[in-house]
Amino acid sequence: MSTTVESIAAEQMVTADGIPLKVSLARARRRARNRALLLVAPLFLFIFVTFFIPIFSMLFRSVENELVGETLHRTVPLLQNWDESGDAIPGEEVFAALVQDFAEAQETKTAGRPGRRLNYEKPGFSSLFRKTARKAEKLEPPYKEAMIKISKDWGDIEYWRVLKRESGKYTKAYYLSALDFSYDPEGNIVKNPGEESIYIKLFWRTLWMSMLITVLCLVLAYPISYLLSTLPARSSNLLLILVLLPFWTSLLVRTSAWIAILQQEGVINDFLVFLGFLTDDGRLAMIHNQVGTIVAMVHVLLPFMVLPLYSVMKTIPPSYLRAARSLGANPFTAFVRVYMPNTVAGIGAGGILVFIIAIGYYITPALVGGQSGTLISNLIAYHLEASLNWGLAAALGAILLGGVLVLYLLYDKVVGIDNMKLG
Amino acid sequence: MALPAHAGKIETIWYYTFRVLCGIIFFFLIAPIVIIIPLSFNSVPFFTFTSEMLSLDPAGYSLKWYQDFFTDLNWQGAVQNSFIIAIFSTLISTTLGTIAALGLSRSEMPAKTVVMGILISPMIVPLIISAAGMFFFYTNIGLASTHLGVILAHAALATPFVVIVVTATLVGFDQSLIRAAATLGASPVVTFFKVTVPLILPGVISGALFAFVTSFDEVVVVKFVGSYEQRTIPWAMFSGIREQISPTILAVATMLIILSASLLATLELLRRRNERLRGMSPG
Amino acid sequence: MNKLFTQTLLAMAVATAAVGTAAAKDLVFVSWGGAYTASQQKAYHEPWMAMNPDIKIVNDDSGGGALAKLRAMQEAGNLTWDLIDMTASDAIIACDEGLAMEIDHDTMLAPAPDGTPASKDFGDMIVSPCYIPQIVYSTTFGYRTDLVGDTPPTSINDVFDLEKYPGKRSLEKRPINNFEWALLADGVAPDQIYEVLGTDEGVERALAKLDTIKDQVVWWEKGAQTPQLLADGEVVMGSTYNGRLFSVIEEEKQPIAMLWDWQVFDLDGWVVPVGGKNEADVLEYLRFATDTQRLADQAKFISYGPARASSAPMVGKHAVLGIDMGPHMPTAPDNAKNTLLYNYEFWADNLDDMNEKFQAWLAQ
Repeated sequence: MSTTVESIAAEQMVTADGIPLKVSLARARRRARNRALLLVAPLFLFIFVTFFIPIFSMLFRSVENELVGETLHRTVPLLQNWDESGDAIPGEEVFAALVQDFAEAQETKTAGRPGRRLNYEKPGFSSLFRKTARKAEKLEPPYKEAMIKISKDWGDIEYWRVLKRESGKYTKAYYLSALDFSYDPEGNIVKNPGEESIYIKLFWRTLWMSMLITVLCLVLAYPISYLLSTLPARSSNLLLILVLLPFWTSLLVRTSAWIAILQQEGVINDFLVFLGFLTDDGRLAMIHNQVGTIVAMVHVLLPFMVLPLYSVMKTIPPSYLRAARSLGANPFTAFVRVYMPNTVAGIGAGGILVFIIAIGYYITPALVGGQSGTLISNLIAYHLEASLNWGLAAALGAILLGGVLVLYLLYDKVVGIDNMKLG
Repeated sequence: MALPAHAGKIETIWYYTFRVLCGIIFFFLIAPIVIIIPLSFNSVPFFTFTSEMLSLDPAGYSLKWYQDFFTDLNWQGAVQNSFIIAIFSTLISTTLGTIAALGLSRSEMPAKTVVMGILISPMIVPLIISAAGMFFFYTNIGLASTHLGVILAHAALATPFVVIVVTATLVGFDQSLIRAAATLGASPVVTFFKVTVPLILPGVISGALFAFVTSFDEVVVVKFVGSYEQRTIPWAMFSGIREQISPTILAVATMLIILSASLLATLELLRRRNERLRGMSPG
Repeated sequence: MNKLFTQTLLAMAVATAAVGTAAAKDLVFVSWGGAYTASQQKAYHEPWMAMNPDIKIVNDDSGGGALAKLRAMQEAGNLTWDLIDMTASDAIIACDEGLAMEIDHDTMLAPAPDGTPASKDFGDMIVSPCYIPQIVYSTTFGYRTDLVGDTPPTSINDVFDLEKYPGKRSLEKRPINNFEWALLADGVAPDQIYEVLGTDEGVERALAKLDTIKDQVVWWEKGAQTPQLLADGEVVMGSTYNGRLFSVIEEEKQPIAMLWDWQVFDLDGWVVPVGGKNEADVLEYLRFATDTQRLADQAKFISYGPARASSAPMVGKHAVLGIDMGPHMPTAPDNAKNTLLYNYEFWADNLDDMNEKFQAWLAQ
């Protein structure tokens, strides 16, 4: 009711320079909005250039596949007319184009990379391309026979099928590998046998280890957050330092501390041997495995759980519990039925935050994870640095990023991004 | 949570069990950090307490790992790079982040959640993905293996922290103070420096500290975007741990703990000051 | 702390002036860091810089990731490196992909003192036209002398024998070498290894053999890990580069000994990136630093064999320890009874595929 009155009033009112108040107000609001946007713009632009463009252009590598078509630019168009479902390899015309392409590639030294690209699909392409490029210049027709003489692989229809399949501008092969699928010799997409599927396994491991770490963090954070929220300010501030100091201490410092503590010649093992619980050659292996990763990561991420929990618990009046008790609930029931439901927001905030950080973790698993404790990030790093299969690294990264973004949206639903607090 | 006088036996037991439990968890949090401090004074290159150390024999202790640190060019270069990169990226991210936070906290800001979500995404994206993207892109534009490249990369990673912290400070910021200043005849610039800045300064400084630590502690991006010339302390520690873990790393760690303790103290002082100022402002 | 503070201020002042720029005559050489770069510094860089005082060689220790970074730089056309130290397999890839320059060994490099042209002097070591080998190293085993009882291990079979030698072993986290050793220990004739390994059954056979010790294996990724693990007593035996074992045995005097049986030879050498800004200086450097005397000099500082045949007789005593380096070379007759040479062709084709199988097996 009151709004109608106001709007009617606004319509009738006019500012000093004769503009209706409504228009003037709208204009002022627009100006204010533009001013707000203008303030955000520099950072937005900065993040866009230094962060979003790099990530999107990297992720584009997961489907990009121009190399083969570029290098074999005479052969590839001709291959489109060849029927790969038959059992005859392409004819002389295609071979002639191929020889020309290879002779040119040898001159520009561009044969190696598409060879290595195709080698991901079928081992053998790498040396096939290398060998062929070296000899292509000197070949005489008939080219088909000459090429098969260089390597009998050119007479093998499987190589031709792979070549045709992976000659387009875009490929889904990297995503297929990232999800443990591959092509069979006939070109059908098949699931890799159990013992050869590594990425799905690693995704699962990353998921369950992150989940376990999150749960452990929650289990450890809950009691101390509760204690902190119920103590008088003076002592709780003091104890809070024990949470904040690790939080502010370098990740590398904490990881090296855990190495010093957990390794076989480390503090815990020495202590246990000293006490006689262990013999000198029966020392426990607590590092370079899952135990090491989990312990170190729980320690690293625990503050991220304590801080949101604590800030929620601080706002719960102690009178709630007292009321429940006075109404006849026993302490346990009162805590579970009355107190805990009030902390759900904190659990959600801390839980999702810890999970998001854990799922993309790289440093700690790389240093203390050994084989069984490494996560998907470590494999992405491997494909970036060592195997140079950048397309696969990008595909794995895109899948991981997708998962993280889903969690991020969930976080927004549960907590609200603008409610995120630190320290 | 003092034990009420009427507590029964079970409650008393539970009360103490709970405290002991919390004590253990606090111990878990702090022990790893405390334990490396004495280990860094070890006179032998092991990660354990020797019997000389335990019997407090001076021969069991030495400063040689610190000496090692201060005389090794590898470490000294890392210290320089760490400070240079962290200071410049803090300047960039604090400036951009604070301005953006001022915009975000205005009630007229459209699509606030979406914009905020985008601005703080560098904090959420797994580091290895950011590092990979920056590796290719920065190489492309010639910024890889330069200090500038690493500084820009770190600034991008650090801005979310500034935005979050400063926005949180601004939540309690009373916009009517600005209007009051305006009605009293202050120009927007004067208002900004005389009213806004003093009020949000604690938030900006703690945001800057977060940014500094983010850069100072970062290793994945630096390893991909930078090269040996840009090596930072965490980089040197990372390759040190992978190659050959010597107590020098623990000496570095000890110094970093002292640094983080002083950062924490600064932050605590700022928080108190902020609370005091908040107490003064109406509403 | 005060010193640190002033240094920081100083560094900031310097950095603001120097961000992103380098002096006109800095040559950036990429190598592996640690003892290896130090030996190159002593044997090659320092004498050459003494002759060329206007040029400074800057060591970039990003060795391991060099190929990835080189490829990204070349893709972007933004090359900041002048010379790169690479293993032979990486060099072959770099050459194939056109990232590295082809070398005419006879005109660009110095002949042997007796006039033998460089290509003959290096011989088979030139595994790629872009490659200038420096050293021959081998990946082999070391064991704790105090943890193996009275009968020390003598054969590769002992690595796979948990009953005779209980305890952890460290192996490199990759299929190369491990597959070969597993097949040898499983009774495959040395000359048939790659034939067997080229089949699915062969890979399964190698993995089945490795399976018998899998629980007892610590997987390493950096050459320094095995020496450290051995010194700490975390493993009984482990594979690593022979030079690393030399320094932990002879310099650090740890109770460790070598097991040379079926050591795998590999090469390390220089690669000149295509399009480097200081190509003329780099080539001049290479002519000096890869001559017979210089290659022999490097062996004074690290126990890897020089890649030139003519350098072998000139290998002398260790610069600090004063011991004769000859018997510590992987190529010494006593050590080289059973050896394999890294099969570059085979692994160039099969590494990605076998690595996936290997990783899958590890993850089981």
